[in-house]
Amino acid sequence: MAIASGVVLGTLARYWMMRRDFRQYPSYPHAVVNHLALGFVAATLGAVAVPAIVAKEYTAVTFLALASTQFREVRSMEREMLGSLEKSEMVPRGNDFIEGIARTFEARNYLVMFIALVTSAVTFRFGVLFGVLSAIVTAFAIKRLMKGKIIKDIANVRSAEFRFEGPNLFIEDVHIMNLGLPEIREIYYKRAKALILEPFDDNAREILANAGQRQAIAHDAALMLGIHRDVDTPEFTPLLRRNTETGRIGMIIVPIEPDEKCLVEAVKNVPVLESAQSNPLASGAGRCASD
Amino acid sequence: MQITITKMIMAAVTCEERKIHGVPVFYARDEEEQERMAVMLSRVMEAVAHDMGNGVYIIVKH
Repeated sequence: MAIASGVVLGTLARYWMMRRDFRQYPSYPHAVVNHLALGFVAATLGAVAVPAIVAKEYTAVTFLALASTQFREVRSMEREMLGSLEKSEMVPRGNDFIEGIARTFEARNYLVMFIALVTSAVTFRFGVLFGVLSAIVTAFAIKRLMKGKIIKDIANVRSAEFRFEGPNLFIEDVHIMNLGLPEIREIYYKRAKALILEPFDDNAREILANAGQRQAIAHDAALMLGIHRDVDTPEFTPLLRRNTETGRIGMIIVPIEPDEKCLVEAVKNVPVLESAQSNPLASGAGRCASD
Repeated sequence: MQITITKMIMAAVTCEERKIHGVPVFYARDEEEQERMAVMLSRVMEAVAHDMGNGVYIIVKH
């Protein structure tokens, strides 16, 4: 009974984790099956651990070690798949984003293992009802703990005005790029939207300086609002450029949906990538330099 | 594996002769034609036309 409840609730937890994240999941039915199957394996391994220990079958626990090698495969599988799809994306995710997604996929299997372990242990000791309750509590606790920061937490995002000085595109004081063709500039005047991201502190400034993080923002915004470009018009690739004096970021995008509020919302909800995280304010030199 | 060239000047378009060396140059009769040629080249090369500010467009693959 303990094992069964651990397996079932663990697998359900894997499904729940997949559902709640629309961005990170490409939602192909076959990929869903892949990850559910792996979630099932993880749940089984987690669920048998406690009953095995109680039955003094200590060798069974070594299976957990086997599992970790298996799940490392998941990471490289996701990395390879998303990497090979990069070329066909209008706005690529960038390596940093892909690495973050792949790592999340790996980590979620360990989390499933943990949920299954807790569930089976509690079921074993207190019965099924408490087992189910413990699974729900653990799942919500994990959701809370694993929730990374989003852009809204580190920077103020607001819409801004852009202008052309000759062929050069500026958003307030941030130079974005040089666009030579008048007809392209015309389309920009008609359709483009500009944003400014103002980092709250020095840590945030360094996060936004990361080119991979900026690529992730461009990708997510383009995905949600649609992008007015095709393979032969690279001029309309969304760009985020930095004012090196202030660390402020200017973003220009030519969306299909010209809704500024939705654009700000989309950018605010982009996750802060683990690889972009940096914390200069935690160091003495960083704090001293910040004032 | 596929290899693509990026960050490279694919061509230049200008009205003035003897201004450019080292890259394929396209000469236009007037500014209007120059613009048309720059559009055409950038579409064909899937590249971006940049205005150098001295009567020269460069077509750069990014």
